[in-house]
Amino acid sequence: MTDQAYNFAYLDEQTKRMIRRAILKGLAVPGYQVPFASREMPMPYGWGTGGVQVTAACLTPEDVLKVIDQGADDTTNAVSIRKFFQRTAGVRVTERTAEASVIQTRHRIPEAPLREGQILVYQVPIPEPLRFLEPREAETRKMHELEEYGLMHVKLYEDIARHGEIATSYAYPVKVEGRYVMDPSPIPKFDNPKLGDCPAIQLFGAGREQRIYAVPPYTKVESLDFEDHPFVASKAPHDCDLCGAGESYLDEVIIDDAGGRMFVCSDTDFCSGRQAAGHRGRFSPEGM
Amino acid sequence: MGLVDVEMQAALDQPLLSVTGLTKRYGARIGCGDVSFELFPGEVMGIVGESGSGKSTLLSCLAGHLVPDQGQVTYAGRDVLAMAETERRRLSRTEWAYVHQNPRDGLRMGVSAGGNVGERLMAVGARHYGSIRETATDWLGRVEIAADRIDDRPSAFSGGMQQRLQIARNLVTGPRLVFMDEPTGGLDVSVQARLLDLLRGLVRDMGLSVIIVTHDLAVVRLLADRLMVMKGGRVVEQGLTDQVLDDPQDAYTQLLVSSVLQV
Repeated sequence: MTDQAYNFAYLDEQTKRMIRRAILKGLAVPGYQVPFASREMPMPYGWGTGGVQVTAACLTPEDVLKVIDQGADDTTNAVSIRKFFQRTAGVRVTERTAEASVIQTRHRIPEAPLREGQILVYQVPIPEPLRFLEPREAETRKMHELEEYGLMHVKLYEDIARHGEIATSYAYPVKVEGRYVMDPSPIPKFDNPKLGDCPAIQLFGAGREQRIYAVPPYTKVESLDFEDHPFVASKAPHDCDLCGAGESYLDEVIIDDAGGRMFVCSDTDFCSGRQAAGHRGRFSPEGM
Repeated sequence: MGLVDVEMQAALDQPLLSVTGLTKRYGARIGCGDVSFELFPGEVMGIVGESGSGKSTLLSCLAGHLVPDQGQVTYAGRDVLAMAETERRRLSRTEWAYVHQNPRDGLRMGVSAGGNVGERLMAVGARHYGSIRETATDWLGRVEIAADRIDDRPSAFSGGMQQRLQIARNLVTGPRLVFMDEPTGGLDVSVQARLLDLLRGLVRDMGLSVIIVTHDLAVVRLLADRLMVMKGGRVVEQGLTDQVLDDPQDAYTQLLVSSVLQV
């Protein structure tokens, strides 16, 4: 099915080589943003051009690819990226987290634990965690170089002063291996604890901003906080209404005009796996 | 810490800051030329001169914002120009402070007053919200800003309050050396008087060494122990403040002193 007009996985070999060098450098310096010569991809910026390039550089013909968007395998972004690699690389695809060797994700980490040998590729809109505090790129690079991260806590301070608690709920800043402060991409802070000590390789690609960074397996990743306002991995205080899971990250779905709502797992593979195993939630269809 | 204490004791007899032959050129023009002086712990030095006389250039060179072409700056026995940038930036957020003429340059306008004061604390490793907030409240009180304004942004403050907030933000980590660039510029006279009063109190209480650049002779008369008069990038006269102002020797200083309006 491979479209023979393109090289394997769309990008030419020299480009993939360049990206792999950036990935290796990123793995060698965990959390450090490595500049790379991001290419134009046949999709708009903001749709995962960075993640797609990193995935393309990692794919081999034997790989099994899974693509998720907000945890779901069946949303537009996930479907089109999956099709793209089916067409240009001819790799096998799956929706099962455990079967995949490369997982490209937007805004979530799968609920099922990852294992050694897997690669998790994140799509990153803005790689610089200090960006909205300090607009000058030259200055933020200097701050990373000199480990001047006091400003990051000013943001958390402002949160507490205004809302009584740390209100940042996604893209929650982390410190990697005690050195670089990193934006974990807009994953919910519920997923932050899964970043650290993870057996899989985690790669982050920002296409428009031309940066790649990485968290190697079994790396220490701490979420920033205050001693008297510790980090809390929050989620909606409900169980999944389809599979009854109490420990997974939930999406809120409005179901009528009368204020009715339901909560469902954002990870569709996790949820359908549980339903297949016989778990039931509040809104599960009868006689299933 | 013991070693540092011994060093600090010895440092009391030594100049805190000593400057030799400092020169900064802008192409063929001279920003400031061949400036030398010493500043001792607890001493306040004023630099006066008309606009374009090189006083702000001199201050920027001392604070490390500009790189001078020639000369030496030694702070507490350390060569400031030769030290690594990491170390210099650490100095400038712990032992040094810089008060800008325009508070907008020295404050984060999008961050609350408490966050502004707390930034330096967090930059040196404070990680306890409650104690950061307590210190910030204390400092707002010391610069006469009501405690209930702690969560307001500086943009909601008057010019005088912004300037006082900037001073609190700078002094919160207990610096030893403070650079001030026209701290009272752009404020009306009654606000100026209160600010000067406040500054004088803080300088005495904290034993600060201060270099204050101004074109306002009343400011130096009130604050400065010693005075340096600059013209065309060069120092034309220096000495004790009262001596220079009451018995000016240089023609330019005489002109400067006689230009002040007597009300």
